[in-house]
Amino acid sequence: MEVNVVSQNKDLYSEEFSINMGPQHPSTHGVLYLDLRLNGEVVTDCVTHIGYLHRSMEKIAENRTYTQFIPFTDRLDYVASMNNNLCYVLAVEKLMNMEVSDRAKYIRVIIAELNRVASHLIAIGTFAQDIGAFATPLFYCFREREKIIDIFDEICGNRLTYNYMRIGGVQFDLPKDIDERIKYFIKYMRSKADDYEELLTNNIIFLARTKNIGILSKSAAVSYSITGPNLRASGIKWDLRKDEPYLVYDKFQFDIPTCENGDVWDRYKVRIEELRQSLKIIEQAIAGIPEGPAVVKPGRIYKPPAGEVYLRTENPRGELGFYIVSDGSTCPYRLKIRAPSFSNLAVFSELVKGVKVADVVSILGSLDILMGEIDR
Amino acid sequence: MRQSDIFELIKLKFPQVIQDELTKAIVVPGDQILGIAGFLNSAEFSFNNLHCLTAIDRKENIELVYIFYSFKIRLQITLKVCLPVDSLEIESLTNFYRSTDWFEREVYDLFGVKFLNHPNLCRILNPSDWKGFPLRKDYSYPDFIKKAQY
Repeated sequence: MEVNVVSQNKDLYSEEFSINMGPQHPSTHGVLYLDLRLNGEVVTDCVTHIGYLHRSMEKIAENRTYTQFIPFTDRLDYVASMNNNLCYVLAVEKLMNMEVSDRAKYIRVIIAELNRVASHLIAIGTFAQDIGAFATPLFYCFREREKIIDIFDEICGNRLTYNYMRIGGVQFDLPKDIDERIKYFIKYMRSKADDYEELLTNNIIFLARTKNIGILSKSAAVSYSITGPNLRASGIKWDLRKDEPYLVYDKFQFDIPTCENGDVWDRYKVRIEELRQSLKIIEQAIAGIPEGPAVVKPGRIYKPPAGEVYLRTENPRGELGFYIVSDGSTCPYRLKIRAPSFSNLAVFSELVKGVKVADVVSILGSLDILMGEIDR
Repeated sequence: MRQSDIFELIKLKFPQVIQDELTKAIVVPGDQILGIAGFLNSAEFSFNNLHCLTAIDRKENIELVYIFYSFKIRLQITLKVCLPVDSLEIESLTNFYRSTDWFEREVYDLFGVKFLNHPNLCRILNPSDWKGFPLRKDYSYPDFIKKAQY
């Protein structure tokens, strides 16, 4: 490797220093390898290496029927599996021009928003853990997430990879007493969100680690195709649930939280606010859920007409898109997964230039990436 | 404003552009992609977000799919470029869109399309010494599970 002499002072000899962060590092949230070049403690360059979790999902999809691919989508963003399921079945339904019952739409909204809360809880908890708030916020967040997982367990029998959405509906209808439990959870979660804010938001140590660090400008965010909370933290008011509503999101009242600066603190703050808005959506959906059929007896084989479809939904980490090309047979001709974390990570090497090594961890945590969907 | 309106506007400036019947995508000749990207990126529409870039193997040619988005006029459009399999080369859009850096590397890795003037065109998902381009239809190594027959 080429060694650059970086000393400012002629009498002192110092050279660029290279360290490997990952692929096995607790704060890289999976198997991410960062090749950092340092001048003292300041990062001068960073090369991001991905691909350690590449499972060739897109190639597998070409050899599976449309129904068979649903469980594979669980393994993309394994923290928000329901949202991945949802985006995939919506794309296939659009390809087939299939109508879904109102009750199924409401159930899908409730499930997707509950999973969004669970995903943001992990994002906030692990982020706080990464920057040194040892164990307390992480354990609190996991305690609340556990309640959501228990609800999911009762609905579909699984705790992490759900395989719950079906082409044309959902796998099971909601159990009888589940709406009371969800209502209780919303009440409980609201007070806990306030607790997190008391612990973190204006904590002086937390502010010192997050304010004015890793600033992502508006134009860079758009040019890098950043989506989700990271985009909104940079000041762009854009949310697919509001701007291009799918399912029944246009029937609910909720706000899109945005911030101005686009620094690490803003990205955390947007997530906390989004968590509250999700609870608001779930509350309205529970109150307005219609009676009717939600469960479909799914066909084993679907043969969509030849054509192409691109559909995207607002996932907890940004916009997930499925580009499906059908040739009229039982398997997709080509399936492309446009993963939000992939683009969100691409900006990383630019954000860390000129910051201290400790802030690298802080910026990475605030981007909330997940290697499962980056490598696919 | 809709995709067909944008198509008419592009056609005024670049007459070789056609619209695909089935998918309504705007099909662009490969050598004009830089000019059209510059036109779309201009202040009038400001399609300054390249949302997604991917490719489809159609056996005799490879179709590149560009999905642009404009926050100004709130519109998403799809552009397509057909490249014959024996000359898979196209200009890179990294000067206009930063997101294409990784997108183009991914398409190069999986399909073998060479993007000219890309700052760092190397494999991104597969190891750097990997042979072949896995998402091509004629790729056969390592052996995959046989396709389901129904």
